[in-house]
Amino acid sequence: MKPLALRRAALAAVVALALAAPYLLPNWRTQMALLFIMIVFALTWDLLGGQMGYNSFGNVLFFGVGMYVCAIVQRDGHLGYFAGLLLGSGAGALVAVALAALLGSGILGLRGHYFAIGTLGLGVAAGELASGWDFVGAGGGMVPPLYPGALGSRETFFYYLCLALPAITLPFLRWLYKGRFGLVLNAIRDDEDKAEAMGLRTTRYKTSAWCISAFFLGLSGGAVGNLLGFIDPREVAFPVDTFGVWMVLMAILGGKGTLWGPVIGAVIFHVTKELAWTYLLGWQRVSLGLLIVVIVVFFPVGILGWARERWPERFGHAVEASPGEASR
Amino acid sequence: MSAMLEVDRVRKAFGGLLANKDVSLRVPAGGIFGLIGPNGSGKTTLFNSIVGHHPIDAGSIRFEGREISRLRVPQIARLGLLRTFQQTRIYGGMTCVENMAISVPTSELGWRSMWQRTPEADLRKASDLLEFVGLFPKRHLRAGDLSFGQQKLLELAMALMSAPRMLLLDEPTAGINPTLINGLLERLRKINRQFGITLLVIEHNMRVIMELAEYVYCLAHGELLAEGKPEQIQQDPRVLEAYLGAR
Repeated sequence: MKPLALRRAALAAVVALALAAPYLLPNWRTQMALLFIMIVFALTWDLLGGQMGYNSFGNVLFFGVGMYVCAIVQRDGHLGYFAGLLLGSGAGALVAVALAALLGSGILGLRGHYFAIGTLGLGVAAGELASGWDFVGAGGGMVPPLYPGALGSRETFFYYLCLALPAITLPFLRWLYKGRFGLVLNAIRDDEDKAEAMGLRTTRYKTSAWCISAFFLGLSGGAVGNLLGFIDPREVAFPVDTFGVWMVLMAILGGKGTLWGPVIGAVIFHVTKELAWTYLLGWQRVSLGLLIVVIVVFFPVGILGWARERWPERFGHAVEASPGEASR
Repeated sequence: MSAMLEVDRVRKAFGGLLANKDVSLRVPAGGIFGLIGPNGSGKTTLFNSIVGHHPIDAGSIRFEGREISRLRVPQIARLGLLRTFQQTRIYGGMTCVENMAISVPTSELGWRSMWQRTPEADLRKASDLLEFVGLFPKRHLRAGDLSFGQQKLLELAMALMSAPRMLLLDEPTAGINPTLINGLLERLRKINRQFGITLLVIEHNMRVIMELAEYVYCLAHGELLAEGKPEQIQQDPRVLEAYLGAR
C-alpha cells in the first residue's frame, strides 16, 4: 500500500476503534474519557512549551476556570442539563480565553525560568482564591447538576464528549502548525530576539497561542467537572501538583514540539499511572516518581524526538545537501 | 543625495563606561558605508542604539527623516531598517526554507494571512535568495546544523527576504572562508545596486571594507576618530595609530 493509503487506513481504524470502544470495554469508559482529557492537556501544553518554548506550569488555571464557569452557568442558568453543559462549556472556554489574553500581555513578557515560575504562581493563586470565595462554594467546592439520562448511559455520554475534545484539538493544531503561525511559534522558540529584530509582533503571537491553549483547556474543564461530578478548588479544578505537572511530563515524554508526541506521551503516561495505582497501591507515587526520573534521564527529547534524531528522513528532515540539485 | 540614516551626537553609557560619545554619522540613500574601529570602540553599541536595542542617553537618530531613537526594535525593523548580528542569529531548529518563509516582510503577516500557509510566490523568492547566497542545495537542512559561515549567509538571505530599505551588517565576512569572501563582496554590491538596499557595514577585514565601502567612519574609544573615502582613511595617521596600532 502507498504511504498515504496506509495512513488513511490506520486513521480509519483508530476512529472506528474509538467509536466502538465504549461497547467493547464498557468498564473502562471513564478511564478512557480521562485519557482523552490527558491528551488535550499534553497537546495544549505543547503549543506553548514545545512549539513556542514557553514552559508554562499554570495552564491548569484555564482548565479550572472553564470548570467553574461551566458549573456556575449550569447552577444559575436554569437551562436544561445538556443546554447548560453546552453553553456552560462554551462560556468557560471564552472566559479562559479572555483571561489568557489579559494575563498573557503581562506574563508572556517574562522569559525562560521566570515565565515558568510566574505561571506556577498563577495556578496556586487561583486554587487559593477559589477556596476562599463563597460564590463558588469556597473550600467546599461545587457539585454540577446530576446527569438526567438512564443509569449507565452517563459514562457513554461523557466518553463521547471527552473523545470529541482531542478530536477537535488535534486537527486544529495540525492545521495551525502547518501555517505561518506555526513558523512564528518555532521562530520565537529558537530565538525570540531575532524574531523581534526581524520585526515580528511576538507579543501578539505569544498571546494568541496562549488564548488557543486556554480555549481547549476551558472546554475540557467544563466536561471534566461534570464527568467527575464534584469540583474541589485545589484537587480537581486547579491541581497544580497533579494535572499541572503531568501535562508537562506527558508532552516531554512523547516529544516536545511534535504534533503526535504529546498524544503518545499522554497514552503511555496515563496507562502507566493507572497500572501503578491498581497494582502498586501504596507505591504508586514512588513508581510515578521513578517514571518521571526515567523520562527526564533517558528521553530528554521524548519518544518522538528520539525517533526523529534516529530516523530524521522519516520525519521529512534532510540530513545532507541534495547533490542532484546542487547546480540549480 | 538625501540622508537615509542620520545619527546625530549619540551618546550611550553603560555605568561609567562611555561606549558612544557624541557620535554623528550620515548614510545617504543607496550608499555603501563602512564603520571600522578597534575592538571595543563602540561599533556594535552604535548599531544596537540605531536599531532600538537599548535607549540612548542623548542625541538623535533619524531614519528617512523620522526620529526613531524612542522606538523599539520590532517597530524600527518594520520601518525597513534591519540589522544582522555579529554572533549570527538564525532559527536553529527550523530548516533554511522555514527560516526564509518566516522572514517575509511583516506587512504580509496580517491577522488573516497569519493563519495561512506560506504562499507559493514567497517560497519561490526564498529559493531564489537561497540560491543567491549559495545555500540552495542545503535548503532543507536544519539551520542549526549549518556551519557558522553558512549561518551567516542564511542570516543575510533572511534579511533580504524581508525586503528592507537599509541593512546594518555586523561583520558580514567574519567566519566566512577567505576563498568565498570575494563572492560575498560581489553579492553585497549586488544587494546594494540591484535590490536598492542601503548598507552600513561593520568590518574588521581592512581589504574588504576598503574595496566595498565608498565612505568610511572610524570609531575609537567610543568617539568618531576620522571619516572619509577609503583612500583617505587608509592614509589618516590617527586611524593608523589607533586602529592598526602600527608605527
